[in-house]
Amino acid sequence: MEKEHYSCLRRLIFFFFCFVPVLSYAQTEQDALMMGERQLCAAATISYNSWTNYWEGTFKRDNENMGRVSTRSAVLMVNYGITPKLNVLAAVPYVRTQASEGTLAGMDGVQDLSLFVKWKPWEWQGGHETISVFAVGGLATPSSRYNIDLLPMSIGLGSRVLSGRVIADVQVKQFTATLSAAYLHRSNVEIDRTAYYTDRLINSREVDMPNATNFQLRAGYRTPRLIAEAVVDNMTTLGGFDIRRNDMPFVSNRMNSTKVGVEGKYYLARHPALGFHAGAWHTLAGRNIGQATGGMAGMSYILDFTTNTIKD
Amino acid sequence: MKKHLALILSGFCLCLLASCDKDVVESNAGYPALDPANIDADAGSWAPMVVSSAAAFSLPAPQPTSSAAYQQELQELKELRSSLTEEQKRVINYWKVGSVVRWNEIMRELVAKHNLPPYQNPDNTYPVPSAANPFAYPTFPFSNPPYAARAYAYVSVAQYDALVMAHYFKEKYKRPAPYQVDAAIKPAVPESALAAYPSEDAVIAGASLEMMKLLFPGDVAYLTGMAEEEKNYRLWSGANVRSDIIAGDSLGRWAARMVIQRAKADGMGAAGGNQEVWARLENDCKARGETPWYSLEVPKRPPMLPLFGEVKPLLFDKAEVPALRPGPPPSANSEQMRKELEEVLSYTRNATREQMRIVNFWADGVGTYTPPGHWNAIATESFVKKQYSEVRWARNYALLNAALMDAAILCWNTKYYYYNARPCQLDPRIKTLTGVPNFPAYISGHSTFSGAAATTLGYLIPEKAGEFQKMAQEASNSRLFGGIHYRADCTVGLETGQKVGYYAIARARTDGAD
Repeated sequence: MEKEHYSCLRRLIFFFFCFVPVLSYAQTEQDALMMGERQLCAAATISYNSWTNYWEGTFKRDNENMGRVSTRSAVLMVNYGITPKLNVLAAVPYVRTQASEGTLAGMDGVQDLSLFVKWKPWEWQGGHETISVFAVGGLATPSSRYNIDLLPMSIGLGSRVLSGRVIADVQVKQFTATLSAAYLHRSNVEIDRTAYYTDRLINSREVDMPNATNFQLRAGYRTPRLIAEAVVDNMTTLGGFDIRRNDMPFVSNRMNSTKVGVEGKYYLARHPALGFHAGAWHTLAGRNIGQATGGMAGMSYILDFTTNTIKD
Repeated sequence: MKKHLALILSGFCLCLLASCDKDVVESNAGYPALDPANIDADAGSWAPMVVSSAAAFSLPAPQPTSSAAYQQELQELKELRSSLTEEQKRVINYWKVGSVVRWNEIMRELVAKHNLPPYQNPDNTYPVPSAANPFAYPTFPFSNPPYAARAYAYVSVAQYDALVMAHYFKEKYKRPAPYQVDAAIKPAVPESALAAYPSEDAVIAGASLEMMKLLFPGDVAYLTGMAEEEKNYRLWSGANVRSDIIAGDSLGRWAARMVIQRAKADGMGAAGGNQEVWARLENDCKARGETPWYSLEVPKRPPMLPLFGEVKPLLFDKAEVPALRPGPPPSANSEQMRKELEEVLSYTRNATREQMRIVNFWADGVGTYTPPGHWNAIATESFVKKQYSEVRWARNYALLNAALMDAAILCWNTKYYYYNARPCQLDPRIKTLTGVPNFPAYISGHSTFSGAAATTLGYLIPEKAGEFQKMAQEASNSRLFGGIHYRADCTVGLETGQKVGYYAIARARTDGAD
């Protein structure tokens, strides 16, 4: 029971660690834990990230015509346990962007709806160790045809993303390490223009979106009431092109990032269904993205339908 | 649980299969092979735009088809035709759509490639691209809208004049096409009744290459490759013998050199101005009691081509420019300006997705083929359905692009004459939905370009005149919706553009083609 609480919160936090709206794949679920049967976790999280420097291709620069570009978001998320080995998760984020200098208008709106199915096919338990393997399939789809042609102010990339992820988790006493790898298949997107230049002129509204991979390593300390972890996350776009010198960014740029972060979660002793979480992260390296630093905070609550059924 | 899983997995597989097709089909992929409804055999009598007359060039008479030299050329053609590689077939399929339209596409591509404002120096000044050193950063040119308008115009005019001359010589020498001389030659392109000497494709290759070397000196290798491909395509397709090609190439280059002579003396060289010019413009505006424009970029960037308004127009005399220039914009402190500012603020604060679509569709900003290129793209989609001859393709592009260049001249002349501020300069609450161009507001460039283009195209394709005007209105509105222009900029810009369009129509009525 306690374990499920962490699961929910971990999910949220992972969600946010990967949630950079400009690069957003609305992907989530890199953790190694599951909700129990007929349990529903509902959570709300707010986050903020910003950058002043960005990579134009591999050239790192600032831009006084934008100053600090910031993104605020609020996400509602639910996670339901169909069985202890099969969970479904859904999330809906609201995103708002802003630039501190220059004339470009910020954008806001509901970004991509995401749905994930998570399956734990294998688990091995030793004396003090547990090793488990998970498979996660996900679909993220834009909630509307929001404006994707005003990067970096756009709230997302507007692509439908199908993802497949494999997770391996090892726990030795209170210490854990989780490694996950995902492949993101991104659908082509349609812009409002009839031609655009990548490394050549393309006479179409349709933009070929490169697919991407994500790798993440998490390691930390886990007790029933407190979790503290360090995270390294890498996103690599398989293809796409570099922003040219002094050009605007574009949806199909080769956007890569390596981020590090820390996060913490705490569960109330008196109300074990109620949890709080917070985290912070920083971009170490990147390509065609802003060097963002961000943080998030939120809370969650677990509803147990098993209990209700018994009562009925 | 296994049932659930099976369902979920099969669902994902289906989704994956459905979304795997990622090939982007371009709008120009399905263009048909050039097969004119009317070959315009009399085009040798049409009026050229820059060249004085066809007879100004002496093209030698071709060898008769009975000559040994010609027979040898026919033999060469047969040999080439009998052993085509896949790459050669690809080249044929690319160029057979039409040489003028393909060069227009190449132009749009190069404009988009080079339409990037230079990045600042460490001391916060801006470097200026140099034609003498086109590969060094910032690469030459910065093909901003005025640069692009003039480039499209000169390439189109060079092609048109060269083709008028080519038709003159075709009519004069009446050399038949190889497939008319020898029935054993089955061409890979639709047969034409037009005389083959000089080859119109080689004329276009020569004229385009020569002209574009000047405009895009850093892309000479690419351009030369395309011109070579194009000339070879006529041989590989069995449409011309080598002497048709050689004659066409030399004629095309000659016509381009005539246009280059004009281009070098049209005033573009001084259009960038200097510190003294920039200061004078600002001081003149202050002296009139108005609020002068200043660059909203950080660091402040010198205004874009402040003396482009002094460039020599194509369709009317330069002395007519002051009379064509519209009256002043509302004064920065007037009640009218306050209302117009409120309107801009309201559009930007309450932008609908449809308005954003319009802003994006017409943005044509950094890294794009500019508004003149956009109107070339729009024109192309209409022209390609009309089964034009090469010379009519060139003539219609030349009229359109002459109007666009003159619209740029008149618009820039107006902008720097009044030198008025952008909306977000007067009211910093205004945040824009597209980049703010680095030059004064009045009159809107998009509106002027669009007014000129829609009016010209409406004459060339009357059944679409209403549609073109509607597009021009939308292009004009896009700048208001985007928060970078006042209504007066847009309304007066459209009207001014239309006036330029009437000059193009007046020319079209008398050039002998209609």
